[in-house]
Amino acid sequence: MTSDPHIDRAAPVAPPADHGAGRLTLLQRIAKLRAWLFLGALLLFFEGWARIVYGGTFLGNTYNLQSIAIFAVARLLLATGQTFVIISGGIDLSLGFIMGLAAVVAAHVVVWANPLMPAPVAVLVGFLAGVLIACIPGAVNGFLVAYLKVPPFIGTLGMFGVARGVAFLLAGGTTVPVSNPVLSALGNSRLFGSIPWTVIIAAVFILLMHYVLSQTRFGQHNYAIGANPQAARRAGIDIRKHLFRLYVLSGACAGLAGVLYTAQFSAGAAQAGEPLLLDSVAAVVIGGASLFGGSGTILGTVAGAFVIAVIQYGLVFVDVKPFWQFISVGVVIIISVLIDQAQRSFSGGRQSE
Amino acid sequence: MNDLSGTPTAPLLEIRHLSKSFGAVQALKEVSMTIRAGEVVALAGDNGAGKTTLIKAVSGVYAPSGGEILLDGQPVRFASPQEARDRGIETIYQDLALADNLTIGGNIFLGREPMRKALGFLPVLDRRRMAEAARETMARLDFHVSRMDAPVSNFSGGQRQAVAIGRAVYWNARVLIMDEPTAALGVPEQRKVIALIHQLKAQGRGVIFISHNLQDIFAVADRIIVLRRGVEAGERRISETSHEEVVRLMVGG
Repeated sequence: MTSDPHIDRAAPVAPPADHGAGRLTLLQRIAKLRAWLFLGALLLFFEGWARIVYGGTFLGNTYNLQSIAIFAVARLLLATGQTFVIISGGIDLSLGFIMGLAAVVAAHVVVWANPLMPAPVAVLVGFLAGVLIACIPGAVNGFLVAYLKVPPFIGTLGMFGVARGVAFLLAGGTTVPVSNPVLSALGNSRLFGSIPWTVIIAAVFILLMHYVLSQTRFGQHNYAIGANPQAARRAGIDIRKHLFRLYVLSGACAGLAGVLYTAQFSAGAAQAGEPLLLDSVAAVVIGGASLFGGSGTILGTVAGAFVIAVIQYGLVFVDVKPFWQFISVGVVIIISVLIDQAQRSFSGGRQSE
Repeated sequence: MNDLSGTPTAPLLEIRHLSKSFGAVQALKEVSMTIRAGEVVALAGDNGAGKTTLIKAVSGVYAPSGGEILLDGQPVRFASPQEARDRGIETIYQDLALADNLTIGGNIFLGREPMRKALGFLPVLDRRRMAEAARETMARLDFHVSRMDAPVSNFSGGQRQAVAIGRAVYWNARVLIMDEPTAALGVPEQRKVIALIHQLKAQGRGVIFISHNLQDIFAVADRIIVLRRGVEAGERRISETSHEEVVRLMVGG
């Protein structure tokens, strides 16, 4: 207090010429690519197993690759919607039964439309109905989370129950079989005899979602809201409108998964997506997203979903008891999160809690 | 009005007899102040003296109960912080300002991202333009960054403060209100922020600077206004006062 008050005044400090922040450490690079590293390691493992034990090949066998891809489709689509929601700092627990609801509705509508219109039109109408129906629970989720400030975990848990009940009621407690040649062709035939149509549809959609997340304002705002909602609000972003659209989008992803399920099995089932919900969360986490929000990519999630699909298919391939799948996926999730935490604490990043 | 500032330029922002009460509690009573272009005015006072209420009334968060605010001599009323910002009054809070996971450019353009057409038809974020604008803006603040694609979480507290200021500068803020910009920082970082404020001053912007730290206030401000229990306890030119006098004004007596 007794020092000369003017002493600091004349000497503004020149900042150093260059702020070198922004160089990624090795650990950060590993953390960023961890899903791809896991995937590579798994493929190497199964390839090695095939060569040593079976004297054959795992990756060179198109049938294996097709099976993995078909197996991964629904997981990929649910995980795509989940990626958007988790980046925003939320979670969507209703996706599995929204998928089932869409599958049942699509099946019913195709059955209804079959005698009224040509087969391809009936399929198109059924698909549209399934995806649009899926937007309704998505919109309710969005309304609850965005406007009524219900925590996403609780709001979508409620919708999990509602969608489940409605799907089973609409299905009459059983599956809804459909007989439509175009539908089954779409679900089971392959482009050039090798690439399943369901895989192509899913791939195009996921590419579109990758574009939305990484190249549009909607995607950019999604990251900002997940990291710091106050900053986003102060920047003039309408958070409520964004979150509402976000949950509708997430519902639509599940809807697409549902109608592709109906195509694949020529039947709609309420429980179509039941086992896939936690897989979708796992894929997002293995893919590099943080459950606290603000980080994650579609490409990471794709790798994460394939890690799960490869484990599940590969363990059947090497012929061990199926329960090893649960253990393996569980271990991969835990390792993945540990890598993420190590990266956060060692690289000195200023992550907000 | 007072003419302590002594400069001939017309005031950028003028606050006249501003009052704000919350129910029976009068948080602010007839406070007046002026800010001219290129001037840094410090706002000091103990906790609860009314500093935050004053800046919230100026930045559109609270509607004042009485008095008026003039921008360029014209009376204004801000219904929201957004309106104040649109008129060039930007408030920089300590930690609410940035999305940590976005780049400097992403933060500067948050909510107003520039788009370009890829392949002639596909609208995509114009990241290069954001990065270039960010680089230029930060260079104007004497802050040179090598990697514009790093998230701001990789930067230090002072650097992040610079990014928040950079955003205001880019969008042509004429009056910057800074609430305790140095409070959460280490000493070298504090000095960096003080240097930034000198830059803003040199660019002809007005700065309202709230701080508990008299060192910082004496290092950068032209004038100081001391509030005590919602009223103006005194206004001094920095060159004509001392720490002791300011402290006396703050505690009263």
